Amino acid sequence: MTVEASWYLTLAAVLFTIGAIGLLVRRNVLVMFMCVELMLNAANLTFVTFARRLNDIAGQTAVFFVLVVAAAEVVVGLGIIVSIYRRRPGATADDVHGLKG
Amino acid sequence: MLRSVFLIPLLPLAGFVILLLSGRKLGKERAGWLGTLMVAASFVVTVVVFVGLFRLPTGARSYTQTWFTWISAGHLHVDMGLLVDPLSMTMAAFVTGVSALIHLYSIGYMRHDEDFPKFFVYLNLFVAAMLVLVLADNFLLLFLGWEGVGVCSYFLIGFWFERNSAASAAKKAMIFNRIGDAAFLIALFLIYQRTGSLQYHTVFAHLASIGSPSLVAIGLLLFAGAVGKSAQIPLYPWLADAMEGPTPVSALIHAATMVTAGVYLMCRINPILFRAPDAAHVVAIVGAATALLGATIACAQNDIKKILAYSTISQLGYMFLAAGIGAYDAAIFLMLTHAFYKALLFLGAGSVIHAMNDDQDIKTMGALARVMPITAVTFFIGWLSIGGVPVLSGFWSKGDVLLNGYGFSPALYVVGALTAVLTAYYLGRAYLLVFRGQQRWVEARKTSDAAGLHPHDPSWVMSLPLIVLGALSALGGLINLPIHPDLDFLDRWLTPVFGSHLLQHHWGVGSEWTFALIDAVLAVIGVGLAVAFWGRTSERPALEPAFLRRAWYIDWAYDRFIAHTSTEVAIETSSVVETKGIDGAVNGFAWLVRATGRRLRTVQTGYVRNYALGLTVGLVLILAYVLTRAS
Repeated sequence: MTVEASWYLTLAAVLFTIGAIGLLVRRNVLVMFMCVELMLNAANLTFVTFARRLNDIAGQTAVFFVLVVAAAEVVVGLGIIVSIYRRRPGATADDVHGLKG
Repeated sequence: MLRSVFLIPLLPLAGFVILLLSGRKLGKERAGWLGTLMVAASFVVTVVVFVGLFRLPTGARSYTQTWFTWISAGHLHVDMGLLVDPLSMTMAAFVTGVSALIHLYSIGYMRHDEDFPKFFVYLNLFVAAMLVLVLADNFLLLFLGWEGVGVCSYFLIGFWFERNSAASAAKKAMIFNRIGDAAFLIALFLIYQRTGSLQYHTVFAHLASIGSPSLVAIGLLLFAGAVGKSAQIPLYPWLADAMEGPTPVSALIHAATMVTAGVYLMCRINPILFRAPDAAHVVAIVGAATALLGATIACAQNDIKKILAYSTISQLGYMFLAAGIGAYDAAIFLMLTHAFYKALLFLGAGSVIHAMNDDQDIKTMGALARVMPITAVTFFIGWLSIGGVPVLSGFWSKGDVLLNGYGFSPALYVVGALTAVLTAYYLGRAYLLVFRGQQRWVEARKTSDAAGLHPHDPSWVMSLPLIVLGALSALGGLINLPIHPDLDFLDRWLTPVFGSHLLQHHWGVGSEWTFALIDAVLAVIGVGLAVAFWGRTSERPALEPAFLRRAWYIDWAYDRFIAHTSTEVAIETSSVVETKGIDGAVNGFAWLVRATGRRLRTVQTGYVRNYALGLTVGLVLILAYVLTRAS
C-alpha cells in the first residue's frame, strides 16, 4: 500500500499552520524559534513530496539548501536568544521592542 | 620668408609667458624692455614676411600655413592655420608697428606703477591675440583672437581695479562685447550649417549655393559682432568708459588696434557683403550715423580722453561707412592713418595727463605749448591730420572715404562731410584749450598743489613714439595717393583680396580734384571754427549744451531703462521667486517627507508578533491572489 501524496501535503499544511499560529500567539522566544523551525520543515516536507511525485531531484536539492541555511540560522538565532536571556532572565518576546518607531 | 609667419604671433606670446612666469624677478625696467623687444621683433618678422609676399606675382599673393588640426569632430574640421595675404599682412604690419611704439611709450608712462610687469604681461598677450585674429585662416581661429583681445581689453580697462569706476568700466566693456559676440557665434553656426566649413576659402567658394536670406542674416550677425567690438550704435557706450584704463591702453587697444577688428572683419567677409547688399547697406548706414553721433558728443566733452574716445567711435563709423558701401580699400586706408594719428593723439594726451598729475580736464590746462613743445607739436600734427587738412595723412584717407561715399549716395556724403567739419572743430577745441590760450593750471588748483606742478615734455622713451607717430600721421598718406594711378600703392596691393567686390565708380580727374578741394575747405572751416570760438576763451556754455555733454542721454537711458530695470527684475526675482517659489518647493518637499514619516513610524511597534502577523497576512494575500488567478 502506498501513501498518497496528498496525505503528506496535508501533514505539511498542518505542521505549517501549527508553526505559524505558535509563532503568532506564543511569547516565549525559544518556543517561537521552534515554531519557525516547524514551518521550515513543513516546507521541506512539501519539497520532498513533490520531488518524489514529479520524479525531479531538484526538490530534494532545495531541501539541502534549506537545511544548511536553517542550521546557520539556528546558530545566529540561538546566539541572540542566549544573550537576551543572559541580560534579562525570563524575558518574553514582547519585552524586546527596542526597534519601536 | 613666408614660412616665418608663425613667429609673428608666437613672439609676443613667448613674451607673455616669460613675463608671466618671471616678470617680478626681471624687475620693472627689464620686464618692460623684454615686452617691447618681443613686439618689435614680431614687427621685424612681419616686415620680412611682407616683403616675401610682395615678391610674389600679384595673382599668387596668398599663402596658408597650417600648424596642426585644432578641432576634428565629425564633419567639423578646423585647422590652426595662418593666412598670409595682402590684407592680413597690412593689418599685422600696422598692429605690430604701432604696438611696438606704444610698448616703448608704456615703459615711461607706467614707470611708477606697482604692477608694471603685469601691465606688460597683458599688453603682450593682447598683441598675440590680435595677431591671431588678423592672421587666422578660418572664422573660428579669428573668433579665438577676437575673444582674446576682448579679455585683454577687460583686464587692461580694469588695470587699476582698486578704483570702483575702473572695475565697473571693465565689466561694462565685457558685457557690451558679449552681446555682439553672441551674434558672432550664431553667425558661425549659420556659416557652418550652410557651407560645412569655417575656412575662409571654402566658405567663400560656397557662397553661390547659399540663399540670399541666409547670406543677409550671416552678414548682419557678423556685423552685430563687429558693432560690439568696434563700438558702433547701439553698442558704443563702453568705449567712452574704457578710458578708465591707463592711457597707453586707450591708445593701443581702444583706438589703434582692437576696435578696428570689426572693420577688419567686414573687409575680410567682403565676398559675403558683396552678395548681400542689404546687409552691406545696414553697415554703411550704421557707420554714418555713428560717425556723426560720435563727433557731436566729442564737441562738448571736457575730459581729454573722452574727447578722443568719442572721436574714435566717430572715425570707426567712417570706416564702417566705407566698408558698407564696398570701398574696402578706403576703409583699410583710413584704419591705417587713423591708427597713426589716434595713437599719436592718445599718447600726447597721456603725456599731458602725466604732466598735470593725472588731471584730465582740459578746462584746467591751457598754455602748455610753451612748456611741452614736443607734445604740443605732435598733438598739433595729429589734430590737423584727423581734421583732414591737406596734405597730412587724414586728408587723403578721409577724402577717399568721402569720394566713395558720394559715388554711392550723396546723403552719406553729406553726413560724412558734416562729420569732417566737426572732427576738425572738436579736436581743435581740445588742442587750443590744452596747449594755447590762458594758463589755467595754477589757478584751477589749490596753491599748495600747484606749487609742485612743473609740466614738461616726457623722457625720450615717451617722446620718441610721439615723434615717430607724428611723422607717420603727417606722411602716412604717401602709401595711397590718388593723384596718379601709379601712386595708389595700397589700393593696388589690396586688389587680390577685394578684386571685383569693390565699389565701382570712375571719376574724371577734374571731379577728383574738385572733391579734394571741397575736403580741404571743410577741414579749414572746422579748424577756423575752432580757432574762432576757442582761440581766446575757455568758457562758451552755448557751445557745450548739456545734452551733448551727457552724450545725448543715451548712456543715461541705457542705465535707466536696461541696467536699472534688469536690476529691479533681479531683486524681485531674488526676493519673491527665489524665496517663495524655489525655496518653497524645496522646503515643501522636505515637509511632505517628514509628515509622511511621522505618520508611518507608528507602524513600527517593535513587537516581533506584529511583524510576524504582517508577514502572515501578506503571505495569505499573495496566496489568495495566486489562487484566484489560477482558477
